[in-house]
Amino acid sequence: MATLKLTDVRKSYGNVDVIKGVDLEISDGEFVVFVGPSGCGKSTLLRMISGLEDITSGTLEIDGKRVNELPPKDRGIAMVFQSYAIFPHMTVRENVAFGLTIARASKAEKEAKVAEAARILQMEHLLDRRPSQLSGGQRQRVAIGRAIVRKPKVFLFDEPLSNLDAALRMDMRMEIGKLHGQLGATMVYVTHDQVEAMTLADKIVVLKDGRVMQAGSPMELFHEPANRFVAGFLGAPSMNFLDVEVTDRTEREANVTNAALEPIRVAHRNRINGARTAVLGIRPQHVRATEPGQGMLHGKVTLAERLGSETVVDMTLKDGSKFIATFGEDKVFRPGESVDLLFDPERALLFPAEE
Amino acid sequence: MASRLTRSNRAGWLFALPGFSLLFLFIIIPFFFAFWLSLTNQRLVSPNPAEFVGLENYRKLLSVAVVTLEPERDEAGQIERDSDGAIKYPRVRTITRNSDNPQYRGMGEWFRWHSGDNAKVVIASDVVFMKALTNTLIFALFIVPLQGGGALLLALLINQKLRGINAFRTIYFLPVVVSIVVISLLWRFIYDGDDGLLNSLLGMLSFGLFEPVDWLGRTDTALGSIIVMSAWQAVGFHMVIWLAGLQTISPTLYEAAAIEGSSRWQTFRYVTWPGLRNTAVLVLIVITMQAFALFAQINVMTNGGPLDSTQTLVFQAVERGYGKQDISGGSVISVVLFLLVLLISAVQGILTRERK
Repeated sequence: MATLKLTDVRKSYGNVDVIKGVDLEISDGEFVVFVGPSGCGKSTLLRMISGLEDITSGTLEIDGKRVNELPPKDRGIAMVFQSYAIFPHMTVRENVAFGLTIARASKAEKEAKVAEAARILQMEHLLDRRPSQLSGGQRQRVAIGRAIVRKPKVFLFDEPLSNLDAALRMDMRMEIGKLHGQLGATMVYVTHDQVEAMTLADKIVVLKDGRVMQAGSPMELFHEPANRFVAGFLGAPSMNFLDVEVTDRTEREANVTNAALEPIRVAHRNRINGARTAVLGIRPQHVRATEPGQGMLHGKVTLAERLGSETVVDMTLKDGSKFIATFGEDKVFRPGESVDLLFDPERALLFPAEE
Repeated sequence: MASRLTRSNRAGWLFALPGFSLLFLFIIIPFFFAFWLSLTNQRLVSPNPAEFVGLENYRKLLSVAVVTLEPERDEAGQIERDSDGAIKYPRVRTITRNSDNPQYRGMGEWFRWHSGDNAKVVIASDVVFMKALTNTLIFALFIVPLQGGGALLLALLINQKLRGINAFRTIYFLPVVVSIVVISLLWRFIYDGDDGLLNSLLGMLSFGLFEPVDWLGRTDTALGSIIVMSAWQAVGFHMVIWLAGLQTISPTLYEAAAIEGSSRWQTFRYVTWPGLRNTAVLVLIVITMQAFALFAQINVMTNGGPLDSTQTLVFQAVERGYGKQDISGGSVISVVLFLLVLLISAVQGILTRERK
């Protein structure tokens, strides 16, 4: 079992800085998910932890020991790749035992450990097959099997589910969650899929342009995002942002309004200083529909999507901005229909206009 | 019944005609012609009409026998020895020209070995052909690992991201682009016995201790010299094929191997080599087939000499068909060569096929 500590970790390719100083502590047995848009550096950061990429500056410690210069095999890590990276000419058994073969383990040891891994992953019946005879999900299971036989201190997952179809992805996601519970190992998981991040993580690390935007538990990030990027990144559909005028402010709260929004008071969390304009964030799920003229937000329906369990409504607000609202029931909206929305100002978040 | 191919595409067939007729005229007709000629006594230019002789040409080419020579003995029954102490044997012609053995008529000694006091002599009716056959087989046997292995080594070396790696790729590929005839001429200078480059180089490296060797003029070095030079010439071509194979191997497989702690050799053994399997089969078969077609180097460098030590099948086929105007004799060798290459390729194909 292991702890990880990154201190001001940076990575540059020539003049291009990819990772711009990451500080992070991961405690023993924690499931940490790196999430962020394409090109944010999440995979690079993971590969730096694995040793496949050099660390330009800063320190990486595993179990309190600096490992910057150690090759991957001496870091006590195992990695699962997006493309599975299982060896096509070997059977499943040989693939799972690969690390042991490399370490010249005895035959009996290999047998025992492969059998154990196969039992944990419920793939005993696949052991003598070749990768070409396996489905995507089974291949990824083999890759995970190869990772667990060596009992690594840290598991690294690089978008392991991105090549799978939607249904399989959900199954495998649950299995990885279960596996974490079973093994109790430290896991670092990279994904661009926020559902994976929300469901699997003990701690989510949101990255953007090589910087950590926020790190914390999924609910902390969801309810108390530190900035507009995190607020917009987590949650689907993503949070609505309204440009608002700040008309008045007290120590804790500010009065905000715009052409489509009735004046309301929201907590400013010391984020807007003395600025005259700000951005108000409202989650699509946090609004209720009401009769025209009775709500806090005024707009018209442009498109309604009825999904049965919920209804997603695209709206154009009175000031011309777009707004998405979801209602947790099946409800009929006609395009062009005027709708007013109500929401609890306590659940709205105020961010500075420029970030 | 007109198929779509013949019916709808007159212009297409017209375009294909020049190519087809050339293929037909120079590949397909000669191929079957050779079979026919090998069964006749046709000469290249002759006033006499050709006669059908059946398999007589093949018999003359392939007949081999083993005869036993007993040592010569003096009156006391003691084995006679020469001044070096070697046992004296009667000459082989006492058997081949003996009217008691009409089946050995016209055959000559190919090679011999000793068993007890007796000498076993392998006689063949066409000793030159037999030498050509063995030389070709030896050539193939050495050129396959030398050229294939060397090419793989080069491919592994240049399959790296280094500054100026393209310059190396070009250099290694250069000999492939140059005509083999030109290269053979150049290497004749390199191998020259008096002031050849190789002798000078070896002399310099050994501070003059090395005695110059006439590489192409000795029976024990001529074939080896040609093997080395041939391997060097085509190694770049196979390097490119290996390189193509190497680049189909997914880089994540190497990363996975690195994570598992695989050493360089283990990575080659478990990742690279299995990934090159299909390429290896291709390279193996192509080199083998090229090896059996060995001709230009011999023609330019040694003409089969010295003492037939560099005779090869194709060289003999050309030599007989055109040099000696014995076109049926050349055809027989061609047909035998065809069957031999077919057989070897088939065996290679079976041995290297994917096991399920």
